[in-house]
Amino acid sequence: MNNKLSAEKLNLHFGNRHTLKDVNISIPERKIVALIGPSGCGKTTLLRTFNRMHDLVSDVKITGEVKLEDLDIYGNTIPVTQIRRRIGMVFQKPNPFPKSIFDNVAYGLKLNKTPAGRINEIVEESLKESALWEEVKNDLKKPANRLSGGQQQRLCIARTIAVKPEVILMDEPCSALDPISTAKVEELMLELKKNYTIVVVTHNMQQAQRVSDEIAFMYMGELVEYGSNNKIFLSPDKDMTKNYVSGHFG
Amino acid sequence: MSTRFRENTDLFFSKLFKVTGLLTLVLLGGIFFMLLYNSVSFFLDVAPLDFFTGNQWNPGSRGDYGILPLIASTILVTLGSMLIAVPLGIFTAAYMSEFANRRVQRILKPVIEMLAAIPSVAIGFLGIVIIGPGIAKLFGMQNGLNALNGSILLAIMSLPTIVTVAEDAIHAVPMSYKEASLGLGADKWETLFRVTLPAALPGLIAAVMLGLGRAIGETMTVLMATGNSLAFPDGYLDSIRTITATIAIEMGEVPYQTTHYYALFAIATVLFIITLAVNLIGEAIAKYYRKFGA
Amino acid sequence: MRKKKTHILGWILLLGSTITICSFLFIIIFHLFSQGLPVLSWEFLFGHPKEGLTKGGIFPAIIGTILLTLITTVFAVPFGICCAIYLNEYAGESRLTGIIRASIRNLSGIPSIIYGLFGLALFVQSMRLGTSLLSAGLTLGLLSLPYIITTTEEALKRVPNSTREAALAIGSTQFESIRDFVIPQAMPGIITGIVLTIARVAGETAPILFTGVAFYITGVPGSVKQEFMALPYHLYMLSTQHQSIETVRPLAYGTVTVLILIILMMNMVAFYIRQKFRENE
Repeated sequence: MNNKLSAEKLNLHFGNRHTLKDVNISIPERKIVALIGPSGCGKTTLLRTFNRMHDLVSDVKITGEVKLEDLDIYGNTIPVTQIRRRIGMVFQKPNPFPKSIFDNVAYGLKLNKTPAGRINEIVEESLKESALWEEVKNDLKKPANRLSGGQQQRLCIARTIAVKPEVILMDEPCSALDPISTAKVEELMLELKKNYTIVVVTHNMQQAQRVSDEIAFMYMGELVEYGSNNKIFLSPDKDMTKNYVSGHFG
Repeated sequence: MSTRFRENTDLFFSKLFKVTGLLTLVLLGGIFFMLLYNSVSFFLDVAPLDFFTGNQWNPGSRGDYGILPLIASTILVTLGSMLIAVPLGIFTAAYMSEFANRRVQRILKPVIEMLAAIPSVAIGFLGIVIIGPGIAKLFGMQNGLNALNGSILLAIMSLPTIVTVAEDAIHAVPMSYKEASLGLGADKWETLFRVTLPAALPGLIAAVMLGLGRAIGETMTVLMATGNSLAFPDGYLDSIRTITATIAIEMGEVPYQTTHYYALFAIATVLFIITLAVNLIGEAIAKYYRKFGA
Repeated sequence: MRKKKTHILGWILLLGSTITICSFLFIIIFHLFSQGLPVLSWEFLFGHPKEGLTKGGIFPAIIGTILLTLITTVFAVPFGICCAIYLNEYAGESRLTGIIRASIRNLSGIPSIIYGLFGLALFVQSMRLGTSLLSAGLTLGLLSLPYIITTTEEALKRVPNSTREAALAIGSTQFESIRDFVIPQAMPGIITGIVLTIARVAGETAPILFTGVAFYITGVPGSVKQEFMALPYHLYMLSTQHQSIETVRPLAYGTVTVLILIILMMNMVAFYIRQKFRENE
């Protein structure tokens, strides 16, 4: 199996706080990997390391290697904007741009001077791929913030896949959504993994069980255990993993 | 490829923005340098001792460059204005923050903003047409262009600043302090005077300092309403001339690069240092007391 | 009872102070407008001064003030916005940033007459622009810089980070995210700041005293390198320096009324923009 994303000896400090400790992880291609663990364990921090969102924060120190296939993400051989095209992100709280539905999906394409005809095609494709097309196809010019929470999140997914990334990072994508929307997004994730590698941070153990192929359990900045969905839930190696997935602590 | 162009644009603008940030340092430095440079030129001609201890400012006829009367005038009028503005301002701020209901607040805030919007010339004009004559009538004088007039006008000018900053400070006092006091059986007034206002002290001092800074630096109001006589002031009913008024009056007529010209920069430097000191002291006191606060 | 006495005293102090301040405003406006509004006529507003400025209108002064604030805005707004963008979007919490912020705070506390001196030394003399609209406008531009920087920065701060993150995550450069999202969203706040700055600048006299304002010029300035008339200075001269102060007193009232009306109008525009903006948030 090809490793799409990997981190080796990754350490991250926020000022004096050692937030990620010696993390080694390999994310396989076109699978869904769930990052789970109690609050503060570093799962979101790890996720954001993959698309260099920490560049926005001052006083951050990152050592170790983070790679997209063979490319060193922090090596500055290609601009960070290109890395973020290849590794997209969907956020916890849906954050559509204050623009129309169409313009939301088209924005990333316009940045790269995609010709107008192609843009229309890609917008339609992306909205179809995110299971939103039928609901909005007649209202593409409507402002995005008039959509419901679940629709907004699917719009954000459409926006992300419009630029044809290889990896989609998802930071608790359903935690702000109602159960029905959550179900829709999870269904979507299972479809998307056919074409994209997905890494999802989740607080919700049942969700991890439902959607993931592989699971990484983190605690206090360390990657405690990594294994297949079945393994982690049914016969984990470490006691701590066992205690967490059986709900002994959260 | 267009990526190159985008990256270059990004780099260009990030540098441009940084340069404008640095230019503010250049501006401050430039102002300071200009003042210093011209003051030094002044002190080449006139001994600092004469300048700082001389009690006559008479550049034209006698070449006297003593700054004391100007300082005395400035202190007199700004002190007077603070005596009026500080109690008025703080009590109003207390009312707005602790006692006024929503509707009243919605009227008061614009009122204070409008008062702040009135330009200094208009306030000075007021001193000439109402307040001055009022003072003259009250004290049986010929005209009311004196320090008292100036103090009242400067008070009006600094009130909005004092009220706004003080109101923020009082409002920011945590509810828990007030609740604790009320819980112990104190009523609203005792709570206000014994708990809330003392707790807001750093902010109140900052408010007063900011108001003071404004009053010291004000030019047009004192220029129009305080008489501008050069004699050493005797009291509040005397005509006075502040540092700012002196610069305003004499700079227009003085020949370029003469001793007199440099002298005006010298008093401007003193003014600059005084206002800087007032602002820095205010910040420092606020910071110091904040350690004991929330 | 002792408590009752404290209560009464408290109410006197607090309510009394508030009422005093409110009455300041009303007395000021009432007095100035009652004497000034009758003076406003077509001829006053659009005519030129006549007969040694004892009669006629203040049109050149109005134009002068408008042109002056225009130059100030054109100069200070781009400069101020760029600086605010630097502080809020790029600068980390370093010593340099702290020093820049302290400088801006100090710049805002410098008396306006010192800005006038600086303008005199830099624009009028060193740069040889002479006493002119340009010199005065640039001087006022420097004076308004700290205020524009502060208000713009506040507007930028109110734009939620989620917008920036969304833009960057899709592969935009930082500049693109600022250009396409942050600035448009902050625009109402930025414009409010600009309008309020104009209102302040319109009333400033000290900085223009030696940088170009004049009491009487024939006609309206033809180029920015000429001297100009301005409302606040006109008011100052009419009320203190004119030979027949009593005769021109009505003109002074008219001038101050026009000046205050312009300023109040700008404040209301800013207020309106701020209200509409808050509604949409």
